[in-house]
Amino acid sequence: MFAYIARRLVLMLVTLIGISIVIFVLLRIVPGNIVDILFAAAGYVDPSDKASLERELGLDQPIVVQYLHWIGGLLRGDLGYSYVSEKPALDEILPRIPITARLAGLALLFSAAIGIPLGVISAVKQGTRLDYGLRIFSLSGLSLPAFWLGLLILMASVALFGTMPIFNPNPKTWTEAIAIYCIPALAVGFRSAALVMRITRSSMLEILRQDYIRTARAKGASEAAVNYRHALKNAMLPVITVLGIEAAFLIGGLIVTETVFNIPGVARFLVEAIRWRDYPIVQNLVMLIAVVVVLANFMVDLLYAVLDPRIRYTD
Amino acid sequence: MRSVQALGAVVLSLLTSCGLADAAEKQGGILRMYHRDSPGSASIHEEATYSVNIPFMPVFNNLVIYKQDVAQNSMDSIVPELAESWAWSGDNKTLSFRLRQGVKWHDGVPFTSADVKCTFDMLMGKSPQKFRKNPRRSWYDQVVDVTTSGDFEVAFNLRRPQPALLALLASGYTPVYPCHVSPADMRTHPIGTGPFEFVEFKANESIKLTRNPDYWKKGLPHLDGIEFTIIPNRSTAILAFVAGQFDMTFPTEVTIPLLRDVKAQAPNAVCVVAPTNVSTNIIVNSTSPPFDNADIRRALALALDRQAFISILFEGEADIGGTMLPPPGGIWGMPKEILQTIPGYGPDIDASREQARKLMRAAGYGPDKHLAVKVSTRNIPVYREPAVILVDQLKSIYVDGELDVVETANWFSKVARKDYALGLNLTGNAVDDPDQSFYENYSCKSERNYTNYCNPGIEKLFDRQSEETDIAKRKQLVFEIDKKLQEDVARPIIFYSREGSCWQPYVKGVTIMVNSSYNGYRYEDLWLDK
Repeated sequence: MFAYIARRLVLMLVTLIGISIVIFVLLRIVPGNIVDILFAAAGYVDPSDKASLERELGLDQPIVVQYLHWIGGLLRGDLGYSYVSEKPALDEILPRIPITARLAGLALLFSAAIGIPLGVISAVKQGTRLDYGLRIFSLSGLSLPAFWLGLLILMASVALFGTMPIFNPNPKTWTEAIAIYCIPALAVGFRSAALVMRITRSSMLEILRQDYIRTARAKGASEAAVNYRHALKNAMLPVITVLGIEAAFLIGGLIVTETVFNIPGVARFLVEAIRWRDYPIVQNLVMLIAVVVVLANFMVDLLYAVLDPRIRYTD
Repeated sequence: MRSVQALGAVVLSLLTSCGLADAAEKQGGILRMYHRDSPGSASIHEEATYSVNIPFMPVFNNLVIYKQDVAQNSMDSIVPELAESWAWSGDNKTLSFRLRQGVKWHDGVPFTSADVKCTFDMLMGKSPQKFRKNPRRSWYDQVVDVTTSGDFEVAFNLRRPQPALLALLASGYTPVYPCHVSPADMRTHPIGTGPFEFVEFKANESIKLTRNPDYWKKGLPHLDGIEFTIIPNRSTAILAFVAGQFDMTFPTEVTIPLLRDVKAQAPNAVCVVAPTNVSTNIIVNSTSPPFDNADIRRALALALDRQAFISILFEGEADIGGTMLPPPGGIWGMPKEILQTIPGYGPDIDASREQARKLMRAAGYGPDKHLAVKVSTRNIPVYREPAVILVDQLKSIYVDGELDVVETANWFSKVARKDYALGLNLTGNAVDDPDQSFYENYSCKSERNYTNYCNPGIEKLFDRQSEETDIAKRKQLVFEIDKKLQEDVARPIIFYSREGSCWQPYVKGVTIMVNSSYNGYRYEDLWLDK
């Protein structure tokens, strides 16, 4: 097991190095750099001013030198300076992480808390009206675009309550704080919940047809014990996989949600940084996301061994 | 008679004390506004978008300013600010200012003439301190130097007379910067002498200003502060305004179709529609084929149905003009009777297009041989949407346009190196003055002359009108130049957009400028009636 973990850690490191090279090169291949954007914002281009600014930002250095400079800084904990705000990149990124983490965590929580029970119910009540209703619910979750749903929620909020859950860094009441995070998390978690529900349902249906489930019933186990203690535990493996993948793709979904609900999180900041070609911010944020995804996948793999004793990682 | 006058005075004083005369401004309150995007920096001198002017103009003062409660900027509405008075020399080549005493920067350092000299030396590139970007350096091409005489007198010495210099100095783009603060610090933490002090600028989040308690205009500002929440998503921003979370929309950011929605959902909101002095125009690369052919350029101009653009994009609410914003909003725009004499501006579109087709046939094109051309434009909606209509209209004169959308990062570089044939462009005019428009967009050596249009004869006329001190004579020259520019198809102007601004009914003292989107945001006389 320890050898497995060590091997995985090495693989993670190799993956992260590969990602760092890819993102670094991709950013520089994309036409236009921060200097072009800054001058576009000024509505003119002066070649000598442009050259001077490129020198100031180190963009005239060979690409390998720029990469080594960045990696060296990263290893020292120095993420560089934002080209746009001229502040340390760490000062720009750090305050945004807890905001997105809360949103992502709540979204995942909602998707599991809604998706898994509904998936179990749908599987157990297969063929009934309840099952059909829940399947329509899950299809709608998969079909409705997150930005549309978000805007609909905002419009309904204004029409019904005369207010809307716009992000406020200093919420005055608990209800305001809950609204600021829970409503956007529900908007993005709705789609994930729909997917989790469908995976849970199909996985449960497969498990419920197994011989040992019939044996458990024959031995007098209650329906609750059969469904939750025997079936669900074994049906969870694919669900855990999906939750792990959803956690990784959540950033993409959060970009839309953070934009619609005006939440100053990491996802929206990343999009702005890409638009500005703010290389220090983009590079460091992408690496942060890569670390989170790689770690999430690793945790999911370890969780398999916990859930299913048959799975053991060998040397 | 005396008894009637005495009675009148008593009645008036009674009315005033009972508040039945004009309501007195109330002190206090924070003005909450949403902002459409995160500005690149807080330095007005280094940016070229009102995304910077609107939040940061309250931090500064100019030497002179357009009166903030007069909607139309003109020479007559220029009033003193940091300069108490000014005077031109006899030969009109020196503009001297007597500066206001007792003014302090927000950090307590006294304001002096050295600050004025510093600011303009930086703008002219004569200072050891440099701006990262200096988009309006060309505004001061006629200024030889700025000299001081003591702490409270400063003079601009010119190569030749330029009455418009005062207009340029009055623009929201021309604040006075402090000598003792570096340009880098001004980008992140601006220090001014204005009615509001900078508190914080969180990129993509918010901008906060607070009242300057030591402002040299006693009793102003009325507000305790201004807070801008950055909301790039327009739908979210408008919904938040309707829900009462903002006191005001971002100025000139409510489109005509959206205005209806706002009025329907917030019927008490006060909304105005005003011209922005931003023209949508066509840039034609006149030095490379096929548009090096003057007849083909003329055909292009004749094919335009300007009213169709306005009907489709603005539900009929926009203006048609030449290089200068047309009246009633603009001061220097050609009147209708001159405009309609220019080919392509007449009411008979079909006749104009028939004329265009004749020119195209003479150039070798026709129903069996179309001219294929890429129509380049910037990849944002305000550029893309009119470009689509342009491509459609060009079909009527045997031109098959293919839309070529270009990312913002590449747009200005592309047009600057003339790497295009035909483009749809927007041009914002910071000041309603011919000096700003003509030199920036049509001068042979200008960085912003994207079309390679170069007419030494007309440049002499630019200089003539620039030196002319008689407004009426200057106007005639401007009309003559503008007409010639349109006839030469230097940069066909399609329309001038109008946009809406809305505010809650308790917001008082708002004036939206009708001939510039860059000049009306000092906000010192704005107040909240709640």
